[in-house]
Amino acid sequence: MDATGILQILLYVAIILALTPLAGGYMARLFEGKVSFLAWIERPIYRLCGTSADREQHWTGYALSLLAFNLVGALVLYGLQRLQVWLPLNPAAMAAVPADLAFNTAISFTTNTNWQAYGGETTMSNLTQMAGLSVQNFVSAATGIVVAVALIRGFARHSARTVGNFTVDLTRAILYLLLPVCIIGAVVLVWLGVPQNLGPTVEATTLEGSKQIIAQGPVASQMMIKHLGTNGGGFFNANAAHPYENPSAVVNLIHMVAIFVLGAGLTNTFGRMIGDTRQGWAILAAMGLLFLAGVGIIWWADAAGNPALTALGVDQSLSPWQAGGNMEGKEVRFGVALSALFATITTAASCGAVIAMHDSLMPLAGMVPLVNIMLGEVIVGGVGAGLYGMLVFVILTVFIAGLMVGRTPEYVGKKIEAREVKLAVIAILVFPVGILGLGAIALLAGASAIQDGGPHGLTELLYAYASATGNNGSAFAGFGANTLLHNTLLGIAMLLGRFVVIVPTLAIAGAVAAKKTVPHSSGTFPTHGWLFVALLVTVVLVVGGLTFFPVLALGPVVEHLSLASGALF
Amino acid sequence: MLKELRPALVLIVVMTALTGIAYPLAVTGIAQLAFPWQANGSLIERDGHVIGSSLIGQRFADPAYFQGRPSAAGEGYDAANSGGTNLAPSSRKLVDEAGARVAAQRQANPEETGAVPADLVTASASGLDPHISPATAAYQAKRVAAIRHATVEDVRRLVAEHTEGREFGLLGEPRINVLKLNLALDERWPLKR
Repeated sequence: MDATGILQILLYVAIILALTPLAGGYMARLFEGKVSFLAWIERPIYRLCGTSADREQHWTGYALSLLAFNLVGALVLYGLQRLQVWLPLNPAAMAAVPADLAFNTAISFTTNTNWQAYGGETTMSNLTQMAGLSVQNFVSAATGIVVAVALIRGFARHSARTVGNFTVDLTRAILYLLLPVCIIGAVVLVWLGVPQNLGPTVEATTLEGSKQIIAQGPVASQMMIKHLGTNGGGFFNANAAHPYENPSAVVNLIHMVAIFVLGAGLTNTFGRMIGDTRQGWAILAAMGLLFLAGVGIIWWADAAGNPALTALGVDQSLSPWQAGGNMEGKEVRFGVALSALFATITTAASCGAVIAMHDSLMPLAGMVPLVNIMLGEVIVGGVGAGLYGMLVFVILTVFIAGLMVGRTPEYVGKKIEAREVKLAVIAILVFPVGILGLGAIALLAGASAIQDGGPHGLTELLYAYASATGNNGSAFAGFGANTLLHNTLLGIAMLLGRFVVIVPTLAIAGAVAAKKTVPHSSGTFPTHGWLFVALLVTVVLVVGGLTFFPVLALGPVVEHLSLASGALF
Repeated sequence: MLKELRPALVLIVVMTALTGIAYPLAVTGIAQLAFPWQANGSLIERDGHVIGSSLIGQRFADPAYFQGRPSAAGEGYDAANSGGTNLAPSSRKLVDEAGARVAAQRQANPEETGAVPADLVTASASGLDPHISPATAAYQAKRVAAIRHATVEDVRRLVAEHTEGREFGLLGEPRINVLKLNLALDERWPLKR
């Protein structure tokens, strides 16, 4: 661990902190309907949809619209994959995608997971990448944002029946936020070296005279939205480790900022819309503490290098001539420090892009991404999903605080009662059900997909089910997930982790919107101070930690201890 | 549910047109006009033939060239099938393979007696890592100099010229693009074949 590494991490944190109020302020104005320079595009869309900007929905209507839209989106994506061989824009002549893989991928991209059981450059046609996967990159991100916005409105309003209009919110999120940022960002990425073409592969004759086929495509446009929308699905199999997706540390910085900027910004949007920005900063502070702890652990564990390689006479020490550390599955231009930072960001948010192979991280380093996902990806989190996930934990926290002092819990002026707490618990229970429940079935029925022996094998499978349930999409990629069983089970896990969280969240939004605001009194527990931040962090860790500690002990912890004693598998 | 179906269908059609077709095509158009070289993959040509991309690593087995990192992309540096080994740190296969590479490097570079730099014996994440660390370049300098009948100092100087520092002095790690370095080697001390 060196000063340049620490400086790079601090620079990143500073950029996010500086952008939070800007992005947050813009989104607050956007979803309060105060931004309208594209109204001429909006109006015909709403007319075709049979709605208008001022017609609002009850939470049930909002949820039904959301589910219908996601269903249609998944069906379109499934169809595109199955039919791509007969459709245009298929220069590399990709075959039709098999049914189970197409099912898994359709769910994966609609749920903002972007779990990829396939290699992009060997499976998908340009049309599928553009009109299928890229579209879901936008709309699944927008879906997350609008759920968070509906929940924020719930807390901001009082005695209200409605939480907004799904069609309007989704359209505005894309038109005014995602598309403009992506167009500018993608052009900058091309300038910095990311390819953007519709050509076929390029055939090169290397210096030594052999042939090298180099895959090409519209990479930059997909890169920008895959990070801004915390999607994470790579154009290439190696994802953001591929030098075309991520040619330099400057591009890498843009990617990392894009992953966090909207999630962090939404905490500020929340603060602004409820009229107390301190509440937003308190949530971001809790996220920040967990984030820095994660970066530190991965970096520390990976910088030490692999003791089994040191024994062979491999130099893994940090020096002016090399970054050192565990370089298996890493790129020289990023080294261990940036790889640790990126691995934390991508799993704290539900992004899932990678610049280092998580499967090859040192055991304790690989445990951090896994834990980040198991905690529900509430550390900044996926766009929208992070904020509403954290607010679910906030409800649990004020409930526990309320129990301790024997008072009806309140949060930002709303009484938190039995209904809200029950709904919050449903959302939280999805994680153990998806990860441990479906994971257990998979272990019994499909253990042959595991690549590595010993405790690491358990971690591989566990990571797959955590990643799917958490809608993350990163993988311990040695796990051979492209089988009928895992494509199906992981598809179910992704659906659970997405919609069984979203529907209760919208129900909470409806419930708190209908409540009156209770005036602040001397007995109100302040939710903007460090005491609350500490309590929130504790609840997140205890709920996540106690649920998953036993299985973590059997996986990464045992692997760490056995590796230290020289055992290999 | 039927009431919700109409906006869902309209939205998916509109969004496919906007984000799936107009967006990538617009970016492609701007990119091809403004930055055609980057947009088409940063390809390097020599004598009118594409010899590779400045961003994509390629295989160098000949001891007269600096070698890049071990690659798990396809059969090695397959730029249409990227990826890492994904082997666990506790994997016997990983350690055996690294051991074989250490032995091979020691044999190829007999004058170097110290430990072998990590990136020379570990597979990269993409399998297409175009770079090596300065330590890995230094480890191979004597071998390359001897085969090319150049002085070690001259080769080291060439390596230093091709060493890229951290961007803005802060971001990333110091590195050397293997293809560019080897191109410069060929130019300065051509191989007689």
